[in-house]
Amino acid sequence: MSIDVAPPEEAAAGLTEHLTLEDRIWLLRAMLLMRGLEERAMNLYRQGKVPGSFYDGYGQEAVSAGAAFAMAPEDRLCILHRDLAAHLIRGVAPAQVLGQYLGRSIGITGGRDGNVHFGDFRLGCVGMVSMLPDMMLVATGMAMAFKMRGERRCAMTWFGDGSTSRGDFHEALNWAGVQKLPVIFVLENNQYAYSTPLDKQFAVDPVRRAEAYGIAGVTVDGNDAEAMFEVCREARERALAGDGPTLVEAVTMRMHGHAAHDDMKYVPKEQVEEWRARDPIDRQVARLVSLGVDVDALRASVSEEIDAATEEALASPMPDPATAASGVFCEGEPELLGDGMARWSGFTSGGGA
Amino acid sequence: MPTLTYLQAISSALRDEMRADERVMLMGEDIGAFGGAFKVTDGFFKEFGADRVMDTPLAESAIIGCAVGAAAVGLRPVCEMQFSDFISCGFDQLVNVAGKMYYRQGLAVPLVVRLPSGGGFSGGPFHSQNPEAWFMHAPGLKVVAPSTAEDAKGLLHAAIHDPNPVCYMEHKHLYRRIKGEVPEGVYETPFSARVAQPGSDLVVICYGAMVPLALEAVSDGLDGASVEVLDLRSLVPLDEDAILDSVARCSKVVVVDEANATCAAGAQVAALIAEKGFEDLDGPVMRVATPDVPIPFSPPLEQAVLPSVERVREACRELLEY
Repeated sequence: MSIDVAPPEEAAAGLTEHLTLEDRIWLLRAMLLMRGLEERAMNLYRQGKVPGSFYDGYGQEAVSAGAAFAMAPEDRLCILHRDLAAHLIRGVAPAQVLGQYLGRSIGITGGRDGNVHFGDFRLGCVGMVSMLPDMMLVATGMAMAFKMRGERRCAMTWFGDGSTSRGDFHEALNWAGVQKLPVIFVLENNQYAYSTPLDKQFAVDPVRRAEAYGIAGVTVDGNDAEAMFEVCREARERALAGDGPTLVEAVTMRMHGHAAHDDMKYVPKEQVEEWRARDPIDRQVARLVSLGVDVDALRASVSEEIDAATEEALASPMPDPATAASGVFCEGEPELLGDGMARWSGFTSGGGA
Repeated sequence: MPTLTYLQAISSALRDEMRADERVMLMGEDIGAFGGAFKVTDGFFKEFGADRVMDTPLAESAIIGCAVGAAAVGLRPVCEMQFSDFISCGFDQLVNVAGKMYYRQGLAVPLVVRLPSGGGFSGGPFHSQNPEAWFMHAPGLKVVAPSTAEDAKGLLHAAIHDPNPVCYMEHKHLYRRIKGEVPEGVYETPFSARVAQPGSDLVVICYGAMVPLALEAVSDGLDGASVEVLDLRSLVPLDEDAILDSVARCSKVVVVDEANATCAAGAQVAALIAEKGFEDLDGPVMRVATPDVPIPFSPPLEQAVLPSVERVREACRELLEY
């Protein structure tokens, strides 16, 4: 199964209308930070400092960076495991990310859950569970509450090509379609669910199912952060206008194994090479270099930030074993989800919300 | 105080909460215009509207998953499973998403899942189950099971006020069979046990529909013995102090579950007593439960597996003679 996306030149046309130069730099910065942090965490894993296994989103940085960039502070996000840039855009500190991998108390879950299983609810994010499309329903429920209360905000969630086979994918799209809810479903089609390729996962491109649910469906080049942003910005506008959910199929490639132990022998070398030439960071770098941006300086600043975060995370204590059995139940008044950061100039200048 | 059926008490709690707190909303299959399969929400649609008495698609996983999302952004959803058996389709959302959320990331999920449960009506294998033990085994979920009209209302108020996911086991056999005086307005029944009948020679520990059954079983005095009936009311948290206190006073224990015997709530009670009440025992802990079979359809088959007044009486007599 191959899924067509517009060629890069065409997809790039007209993208900058809603993006300032500063926005475009922010998108690159988020992707560089995601890749750098994951590379650092991988090194720490190889040194035996990261317990369990290790998952990353190498090559998929544009999907979470572009999509999360289009979301307002009051919007709510259910983020998956190859979407680190979304956490960074919402305001999670790099040291907390590394601390999370390391199982330290500084991690978002304080060691209670591993690697990328986290969401800082204070920033409006809900962490994933391993049954991946489950969060599609959580996002749908949030959107249901927004609509009931007449609030102008929306929910976003990510999931992969494998998730389209599960019942929760159907239940969420159907429910959101029936109730015309303000929710954006980002299908991160990275060609493989662990080792299972697309032609063993579905018989038709899943974005075509959108029509069957009575909702909008869009395919986008998931390796183009600006195209991702634009498609999600439009989806958010549709949601706020009361026109219901959008299924965004971001076509990308999982460039690393499912997890660190996976050598992905099942992936043809040519396929990896083909996608390497479409690297999302290289693409954004080329754009910004042509506009005279000092990308080397940006790389250096990101690198410094990661070094400092590494130091901070490694200095953070391990969680206290005496606390392992506590906090299963909430006592007292629950703390609600808070607002996250929004970096897009359309929000910061007050023009986009 | 008005006299209400168990079912009316449930409706009364829901109505009071809906009137008092606009965050409270109901979700379920056929609960709106139709008023629910058992008519628990009869009339609600007219009073509270389609948004707050939501007829959902036929999708249990979605009902629980959407309730988690709605709770996370400030609503207090009460989900109705049309039959508790159907929660198997929403198991993942309840156990993995709702139950573990607070421990993992500090985000509370205040929601209630109403689970009409239990057999005795030829409902067959998919409309008769007592799935409470599934949820006792899943950290992060509270499980309550009222046996009286007063507790049906008070426990539901407390469940809706609780900041955690609560499985509210309402027994279908009690809906119209049990009546009692019920206080008006909002009140909370604590998630702890109550002595339904005091005694000193033997205690029957039970919950839900097994409480009236046990009371009937011991009503003829069992040859003059003084028999206590302890109504657990809450399975998570389990009221260990009340259980051990009854054991210390009575020394002989019969534990009754309508659920299948293996790993049932009563098995946990028996384990607790073996661990912490052993010195107080004056005989083996006896159990009466449904054997490990699906609940059969035909009346003689169903009656052969469900605990009966006679089986409880026999267990008590045998233990009293020990």
